[in-house]
Amino acid sequence: MKKYLQITLILGAFGLLVIFRQLRGSETPVIGKQNQNSFGVGQTQTQTQTTTPTGSPQNQNQPQTSAMAYKDGTYTGSVEDAFYGNVQVQVIVSGGKISDVNFLQYPNDNQTSQFVNSQAMPLLKQEALQAQSSQVDIVSGASATSQAFQASLTNALNQAKI
Amino acid sequence: MKKTAVIMGMPVIIEILDKNAKESDIDEVFSYFVSIDEKFSPYKNDSEVSKINRKEIDERNYSKEMKYILKEAARTKKETNGYFEINLNGKFDPSGIVKGYAIFEGARKLKAKGFKNYYVEIAGDIQVSGTNKEDKSWKVGIRNPFNQEEIVKVVNISDNGIATSGNYIRGKHIFNPVSNKEADEIASISVIAKNVYDADRYATAAFAMGEKGIYFLDKLKGVEGYMITKDKKAVYTKNFEKFVIN
Repeated sequence: MKKYLQITLILGAFGLLVIFRQLRGSETPVIGKQNQNSFGVGQTQTQTQTTTPTGSPQNQNQPQTSAMAYKDGTYTGSVEDAFYGNVQVQVIVSGGKISDVNFLQYPNDNQTSQFVNSQAMPLLKQEALQAQSSQVDIVSGASATSQAFQASLTNALNQAKI
Repeated sequence: MKKTAVIMGMPVIIEILDKNAKESDIDEVFSYFVSIDEKFSPYKNDSEVSKINRKEIDERNYSKEMKYILKEAARTKKETNGYFEINLNGKFDPSGIVKGYAIFEGARKLKAKGFKNYYVEIAGDIQVSGTNKEDKSWKVGIRNPFNQEEIVKVVNISDNGIATSGNYIRGKHIFNPVSNKEADEIASISVIAKNVYDADRYATAAFAMGEKGIYFLDKLKGVEGYMITKDKKAVYTKNFEKFVIN
């Protein structure tokens, strides 16, 4: 009988230890909370940030040349539905070459995010988006490959064809 | 020497800063892109991809380049736990790997000619080499997916590739092959790697992974990422900051 009691006690203690460990494990998100505080710095920046439009930096370089010849002028492409809104581009041709491609319309809605909160990503740093004013050589972005962009661009270039 | 063209329906820009660069050096790479488009475009009726989709070519008779792309796509699928897929809903479309491959090969052609300072860009995915006009690392801006006119981050890269994947304007473009739904959890993800080929294929897969994508990138050696969430926050990999000079 005594032995059973001993075994029960040992098992019980082990069980408690397991529960304790699990409880400790569940406290891990605290790390996330601490990090969240440091993200707060970024959020303060948001409030004070002034949105300085940088323009399209590529366009500020010398006129770009194109492999194909077109009639000089400014051509406005068709308005294309890009799922989140409309896309419309304008192509400027000078000296028979494409000198600029501008966006006249692009989706700019402010969708409410369903993104998980910062606690779910405790290990990586975060920051609020902030417009950069510095000049750059090149721009990386996904937008220019959109089917809507391509459709509007093709439409504008067809008008420019000699 | 800088030239822009529209190839594959996308803006293509090449700039070579080396003094001996000629217009024909850039035109050669443009011609190469045209040939890639003719082979791999899913929109061109005569392309090898369209012929494969119509089952007009036996697998043994695929071109060498097609076999290579298929092998690489299979490797990428494995590396990304199935988040990279070139066969979706019964249609074969290797565009997700061909763009990065084309930029990388185009840049290699310039390197083979002995050029040191240049970049090759197709629609926002870029391979840079050497330095910019000020003899410094190339300054690459990451576009705000919510505002085309704005840059939200500037990275300094020298012999690297950078690619950005996003759905924001593309509409339904990248599919999550694991859930078979449109990938729409995040706004964009930019990837910096040693070359644009890796950057592009990992960016595509990481985007399909949604919010988990940045963790996937963080585990990859020599690869850094900058994810922009739909609530306009950026989350970045541990060593991303080494590319950021304020």
